Amino acid sequence: MTAVVPPSWTGRSLPRVEDPSILRGHGRYVADVAARDRCWYAKFVRSSIAAGRIVGITAPPGVRIYTAADLDGVGEIVASLARPDFVTTRQPILARDVVRFVGEPVAMVLAETEAEAEDALERVVVEIEPLPAVLSVADATADQARLVHDVDFPGDPNTVVDGRIHTPGFDEVFAAAAHRVSVQVGSARQSAMPLEARASHAAYDPATGRTTLHVTTQMPHVIRTGLADVLGIREDDLRVIAPDVGGGFGAKMALAREDVMVVHAARRLRRNIAWIETREENFMAAWHSREQVYDVEGAFTEDGDLLAVRADLRCDVGAYSCYPVTYGVEPLMAMAELTGPYAVREYSVRSRAVLSNKCPIAPYRGVSRPVQVLAMERLMDVAARRLDIDPVELRMRNLVHEFPHRIPSGLVLDNASHRQTLAAAADLADVADFRRRQRTARDEGRLLGIGFSSFAERTGYGTPAFAARSAPFELKPNAVADVITPGFERVVLAMDSSAGVTVRIGASPHGQGLRTALAQVISDELGVAPDEVRVIHSDTDATPYGWGSFASRAMVMAGGASLLAARELAGRLRTLASSRLGGLPGDIDLSDGEARHRETGESVPFFVLARDTYHSSHLIPDKGEPALEATATYDPSGTFANACHVAEVEVDPATGAVAVTRFLVAEDAGRLVNPAIVDGQIQGGVVQGIANALFEELIYDDRGVLVTTSLMDYLPPTLHEVPDIEIAHLETTSPQSVTGAKGVGEGGTIGAPAAIANAVSDALAHLGIDVNHLPATPHRLRTAIRSAQAAQAADISDRETAS
Amino acid sequence: MSQTVPIRLYVNGDRHDIEIEPRRTLADALRDDCGLTGTHLGCEHGVCGACTILVDGKPVRACLMFAVQAEGTSIRTVEGLAPDDQQLHPVQRAFWEKHGLQCGFCTPGFLMLVAGQLEEKPDTDEEEMRDVLSSNLCRCTGYQNILKASMAAAEEMSG
Ligand code: FES
Ligand code: FES
Repeated sequence: MTAVVPPSWTGRSLPRVEDPSILRGHGRYVADVAARDRCWYAKFVRSSIAAGRIVGITAPPGVRIYTAADLDGVGEIVASLARPDFVTTRQPILARDVVRFVGEPVAMVLAETEAEAEDALERVVVEIEPLPAVLSVADATADQARLVHDVDFPGDPNTVVDGRIHTPGFDEVFAAAAHRVSVQVGSARQSAMPLEARASHAAYDPATGRTTLHVTTQMPHVIRTGLADVLGIREDDLRVIAPDVGGGFGAKMALAREDVMVVHAARRLRRNIAWIETREENFMAAWHSREQVYDVEGAFTEDGDLLAVRADLRCDVGAYSCYPVTYGVEPLMAMAELTGPYAVREYSVRSRAVLSNKCPIAPYRGVSRPVQVLAMERLMDVAARRLDIDPVELRMRNLVHEFPHRIPSGLVLDNASHRQTLAAAADLADVADFRRRQRTARDEGRLLGIGFSSFAERTGYGTPAFAARSAPFELKPNAVADVITPGFERVVLAMDSSAGVTVRIGASPHGQGLRTALAQVISDELGVAPDEVRVIHSDTDATPYGWGSFASRAMVMAGGASLLAARELAGRLRTLASSRLGGLPGDIDLSDGEARHRETGESVPFFVLARDTYHSSHLIPDKGEPALEATATYDPSGTFANACHVAEVEVDPATGAVAVTRFLVAEDAGRLVNPAIVDGQIQGGVVQGIANALFEELIYDDRGVLVTTSLMDYLPPTLHEVPDIEIAHLETTSPQSVTGAKGVGEGGTIGAPAAIANAVSDALAHLGIDVNHLPATPHRLRTAIRSAQAAQAADISDRETAS
Repeated sequence: MSQTVPIRLYVNGDRHDIEIEPRRTLADALRDDCGLTGTHLGCEHGVCGACTILVDGKPVRACLMFAVQAEGTSIRTVEGLAPDDQQLHPVQRAFWEKHGLQCGFCTPGFLMLVAGQLEEKPDTDEEEMRDVLSSNLCRCTGYQNILKASMAAAEEMSG
């Protein structure tokens, strides 16, 4: 007999099992659950003042209103890290005495319909005595700064994280370097802006005393823990379900105060309560991110080797700490990962999180990496110009190419292809040809530019990665750690007595096609078709504890756990089959739903083995458990995908508008489980990166009032603003991921802003304009172009006068 | 309680007699009163297009229209797009095959937008399709596959 090589399901662009129901309009998002229920609706009265003291809250009779005074027994949200530089603050569920940002929930009203709840909202009067608002890092850290929270700050005022790394050899190397090149980069505040805003629906069941919360979240288990802790109840009193979730991008991985209120009210009133956030509220109160300014200085040799990096990183984190990842998420990630794929030896960094009277931050696709990459990639281009080295060549020199490689922050870069992705991208880009086109265009008065961005995308963060954010701490003998350390993913895989395969996962997808991709991984091991593998997720009653889907981790973590569980279950099937067919388990192949003896060719369907197991358990050979079940946990320290992006742009000098005319991605996300899904993640990510680079900006006025509260002010791109995105793949695997997949959820957004900033800077190089602060909106560019032209004109006339 | 009025809506060939406040939008009436939650609300101010439906064959933002204005019209929503439980509409099938959706929240709006366009003009070319698709927002896909799917559907429907 020749061995039949079963086809691999992994690696194929299978259409997603998720899609048919959504395409038919049968998706179930939280608002759809509410629409089918005669629930009451909650609306939130929000502060219109950035900082102030609440003087009074009044509502006419008949308005059902909750204020902080009605929250007996309800705790506060506390998200903390065990670090000496970390300052813990507390987030009340409704503002108590003081308000700290515009949009902060001050009271909740309830009514029988959504429209009536809106009417009730208008009848509530909140009187707030304004205090001076702290609106910038400079104001917040000044000597006599007003404190956003009345707590002790051991360092600068309002500074809640102040991390530092200084490698021993830094001073000497830095001082001796031939060239020191510095850049300051920054990003405006931005919103992840999932198309579905936040929503929750709590149903109280008098029969069991339990409450079921449908909520649009990326991490149902963790949200349940957070809710139970704040409400002072047991987790099993709550069932949390994330039904279809209309996008997350990080903005749905923090515990929302509003959700606490919805659950609290449902339990107290013993009624079903829903809250459907408006787009305006989503902009004001549903987490911001990316308001960061980085000063970065690189020390280079004469030949362009980057020896050392010095950095001062400042993140404006708003008024509260998001649960569970805390307001340390941006600065601590930046401190650890700034130097990215470059072989920097010495490093000196200070990285701060600073409070302000603005909406709190939470992760948004890439967290601080878009700004980190902007810093390093601008540094490369500016240095290339200064040292007169080709920018691609300068990158090539400095990219890490031997693995594993420990970077100065202590992280270890595992197998990657930094040089190869850069080479592939440069090839596709054909820079020589571009330069010709650029010159021709310049003669016609048109400004073209090209920009590169090479980066490493740390993915699949497990417990070791999150634990590293805290100083090592001892568990107290009889108390819980007051720090939450996310990480592992866990799955339970079972074959039932009809040979149906079901996997229950702790991760919680929201559009990534994880059901399809996990089924592909499992089906290869078990020898069944992917559409025979049912993936159950996002229901705390039905799935093992897990951390959810964020940080490009689900495929690495839940995928790894699924693979391990599938291997174990496959082993069990082989054992059972060998007792029926003879031989050893190693002689048995699994394919097409049956176990086959490789030599004799005899086979037995899984159905028979499953029936044996459950219905004739007294006969099964090893007298094992009467179940075909495998549980697996996967918890690596993390891996790195890597990529190089290239953008071509055309800048209209008259309007300052930028058209992205070409976008290339050479991506190495390891093994591609479902290439179509991977490409979809890259495309969507790149477009968010383009948005971050050119369009999207949350703007506060000088009193701390958010002025960009609709989709007419905050401008996500449409298809009009987006070029075709060309993608090339490399597939470098790593021992850090058992499936070989490295995760790819954020790379597009991480790399694109820097590529675009470099491209726009290239287009405007003749005017001496460097684009370092994003978004590069038409207004900003036009202003820069005008003043550069005016300066050049003045220069010329000066010279003419002089001659 | 505000005053309600009785109205009659024809949606996907079915008649719905409902009692609503005159201020109720068509989107809310479809979702809450007709039980058709396939039409999604992403902004309720007319920008995102998630609520796009067909009213007398023309794409309409259901969040910008009052339900009372839709009396006497023929309304189509995503639930009425597929001919039956077995088959999909060509636009739905193309979105599936070309991976034109991720979270799916924008999808019903895009499907109705494209179905409306192609039923009126099956030979829509790519340039015009880009214009049409630019009326709606998707936050997940980067639009690449939405465009591919729409052109694949155009090919099938004009072929
Ligand atoms: S919900 Fe109607 S356009 Fe956004
Ligand atoms: S697929 Fe999520 S918004 Fe389009």
